[in-house]
Amino acid sequence: MIRAFILALLMPLAVQADTMRMAVTTSFNNSGLADVLLPAIEADTGLQVQLLVVGTGQALRLGAAGDVDAVLVHSRTAEEAFVAEGSGTHRREIMYNDFVVVGPVDDPAGASDAATAADALTRISETAAPFVSRGDDSGTHKAELRLWDSAGIAPEGDWYRPVGAGMGAALNTAAGMGAYVLSDRASWLNFGNKDGMAIAFQGDPVLFNQYAYLPVNPAKHDHVKAEAAARLEDWLVSPKAQALIDGYRIAGEQLFTFNAQR
Amino acid sequence: MDDLIAGLAAAFRLIVTADPELIEISIRSLQVTLTAVAIGCLLGLPLGAWLAVRRFRWRRGVIATLNALIGLPPVVVGLVVYLMLSRSGPFGVLGLLFTPTAMIIAQVIIVTPLVASIAHQAMRELWAEYHDLLISMNATKTQRILTLLIDGRRALLLAALAGFGRAIGEVGAIMIVGGNIDGATRVLTTAIALETGRGDFALALGLGIVLIVLSLLISGASHWAMRTERQGRW
Repeated sequence: MIRAFILALLMPLAVQADTMRMAVTTSFNNSGLADVLLPAIEADTGLQVQLLVVGTGQALRLGAAGDVDAVLVHSRTAEEAFVAEGSGTHRREIMYNDFVVVGPVDDPAGASDAATAADALTRISETAAPFVSRGDDSGTHKAELRLWDSAGIAPEGDWYRPVGAGMGAALNTAAGMGAYVLSDRASWLNFGNKDGMAIAFQGDPVLFNQYAYLPVNPAKHDHVKAEAAARLEDWLVSPKAQALIDGYRIAGEQLFTFNAQR
Repeated sequence: MDDLIAGLAAAFRLIVTADPELIEISIRSLQVTLTAVAIGCLLGLPLGAWLAVRRFRWRRGVIATLNALIGLPPVVVGLVVYLMLSRSGPFGVLGLLFTPTAMIIAQVIIVTPLVASIAHQAMRELWAEYHDLLISMNATKTQRILTLLIDGRRALLLAALAGFGRAIGEVGAIMIVGGNIDGATRVLTTAIALETGRGDFALALGLGIVLIVLSLLISGASHWAMRTERQGRW
């Protein structure tokens, strides 16, 4: 036992042959879908995909710097800018899920009675109920800012708390403060610390959250594994991927809907 | 309170069932940290002894800088190493970002000043004691440094252990340069940060307990190897 342990310590630090790196959003990874897709990808294509779990903003920065081979994110405007500046070759839509407004069970702002997402946010700001914002330039943060904008509110004041953290950390903070927070449904369902929190508002079509796959441009960074990135893209739009994505459920709820064009 | 008990139970379960993922990330934690501490000692211990023995113009300044560098924020070290190793940075061609090697580089930078500073403190006192003897024996500089390193080995063990303690529990720098990639650069501390983010406090706490036990084992093992704190010797 001890000898095996020492041998393992002395072994060279592992480097795999057919690997590629993909930057993904925290919401994609926290949903648990990655744990289902990655083994299937490795079995079908022989590709070992290493995930860097960051916010959409940082994921695109990693792609632009050439530190990853592809990104899978959810913020259309930022993605289109990424392709336009030549950092990515193209943008391919893969699947979508949706955002929900999570808040305290007793719902002090009455957000559950709102007709639209904008209405729900208006109620929160009018009652000055605490609201936790991701504040980290992630896809979820950008979606939240768009929602405030559509409600015609500039969120500021003591009740509005940007935490500059990932989805899980923001949910932890909101649970601790009894605050509202915008979360993607997958992260919320997979979240372990739901104490006293529940979905306060859901179902408005503007809460639709499209994920897209963007290979990093090999013309800009010649070390990028373009061939591996193309193989991964072919797999992500395959019927096998569709079955796995559509079939992924937490507590009986379908989280993601496959909508790639073949 | 429930979370604490659940954490203890989770730690117990992980260890008893010899969870393969736990073993993998524990071994990676030790690989990265022990390599970094070994390199840090190779650089830091002779530097500390040399600073104790040698008199030169900027000595005070160098020692003061060294002591200040102990407080170097790991996050900043991580950020700078990240920018250096990024594909668009000066050492990007090496392709080291998000590998265990990058994590070792960051930890060496964090650990070396601490090891050197503690070694220097210990060597300085020893040097005051040995000074006349070594000078009268006409020992060369190298011989003096070697004598100090050998006779002060217990204090140097303490320096190495302090370096180990700082490195094994460090999360800010290795999270940035390693990227916390499952199966490649995930170590105990980054896994704890990840599980906390997922709201799985029990697993996070379980990993934390494993981390503490590992530190205790390493510390105990090194004392045993150096035969310190035993009857008749101290």
